[in-house]
Amino acid sequence: MSEFHLYMAQRLSALVMAPFVIVHIGVMIYAIQGGLSAAEILGRTQGSAFWFAFYGLFVVAVSIHAAVGLRTILGEWAGLRGGARDAVSAVIGLGLLALGAQAVWAVTA
Amino acid sequence: MPQRDHLTVTVQRGGPDAPMRPQTFEVPAYDNQTVLDVVSWIQQNADPTLTYRFACRVGMCGSCAMMVNGVPRWTCRTHVNKVLDGNAIEVGPLRNLPVIKDLAADMDPFFDKWVTAEGRHHPTRTRQEEIAPVDPQAEERQAASAGIECINCSVCYSACDTVAGNPDYLGPAALQRAWTLYNDAKDADRDAILDAVSGKGGCHSCHSMGSCTAYCPNELDPLSAIAGLKRATAKRFFGGRK
Repeated sequence: MSEFHLYMAQRLSALVMAPFVIVHIGVMIYAIQGGLSAAEILGRTQGSAFWFAFYGLFVVAVSIHAAVGLRTILGEWAGLRGGARDAVSAVIGLGLLALGAQAVWAVTA
Repeated sequence: MPQRDHLTVTVQRGGPDAPMRPQTFEVPAYDNQTVLDVVSWIQQNADPTLTYRFACRVGMCGSCAMMVNGVPRWTCRTHVNKVLDGNAIEVGPLRNLPVIKDLAADMDPFFDKWVTAEGRHHPTRTRQEEIAPVDPQAEERQAASAGIECINCSVCYSACDTVAGNPDYLGPAALQRAWTLYNDAKDADRDAILDAVSGKGGCHSCHSMGSCTAYCPNELDPLSAIAGLKRATAKRFFGGRK
């Protein structure tokens, strides 16, 4: 994947995340009115195709966005170059995807 | 302003064979004096082995840029009174470039990147054909004209923190040159320019920190030129043509 494609992937994933962040924070503010409980959260998310798709896509966008951004930081601040930098970034991206996907599955399945 | 007899000038000496070390000189102070005058006084009166580079002395050739009190400047147009820190100045070779000796930086990486950024003209006509007229009012001509007064002094390249962190980065001057050619009605290969600035270290490595525009002695705006290249490459990605 070229530098330019990574750049586009990061910008497009940011574009995807922007509305997700707003809805995520909006729902949080709305949901904690009158207390917060695990049962209430699960009642909203379990079995919901909407929240599965919402947080599923959110997690994919976060994984791409963070991995590409950290790849730049690893190059400029940690001095990693070439394959080592790509490998560490890929592990970070896949790790975020695995952790996020597990969490989405846990609250929506 | 209080009258001074002498300035305390610290000059960085050294090169590939000797580690850089500061050396301090007392230089006579005058009412009108540029940093280049001060460096020349040292070389002519105190230490003839001091190495530095200059040519035109009037801000046109781009040869004499150095770090002055930690900031890249064109020394022939920098008045001493503007940069004095107390009664002292520190002068060093340009940042982000290898040092040949003392104050002379090796400009090769800087100019090599102009070539890498496809900073050369791709003609639309041969010399046998009529010269194509250029409309000076056209929007793309205005964009090109905004960047063509670059004197290749490398002040922007030395000011750029992205270059400092990423040696592959082409830098503001080379990318601005690419942008002026991209907007040149007489350039026949705009795709080659966009390909060149989309690779490793291309315009997408820029973090838009803006030191290039802040420090350019000719008050050019490489930051906006690089933003233009990013827009042009993104447009091409989505199938758009300008």
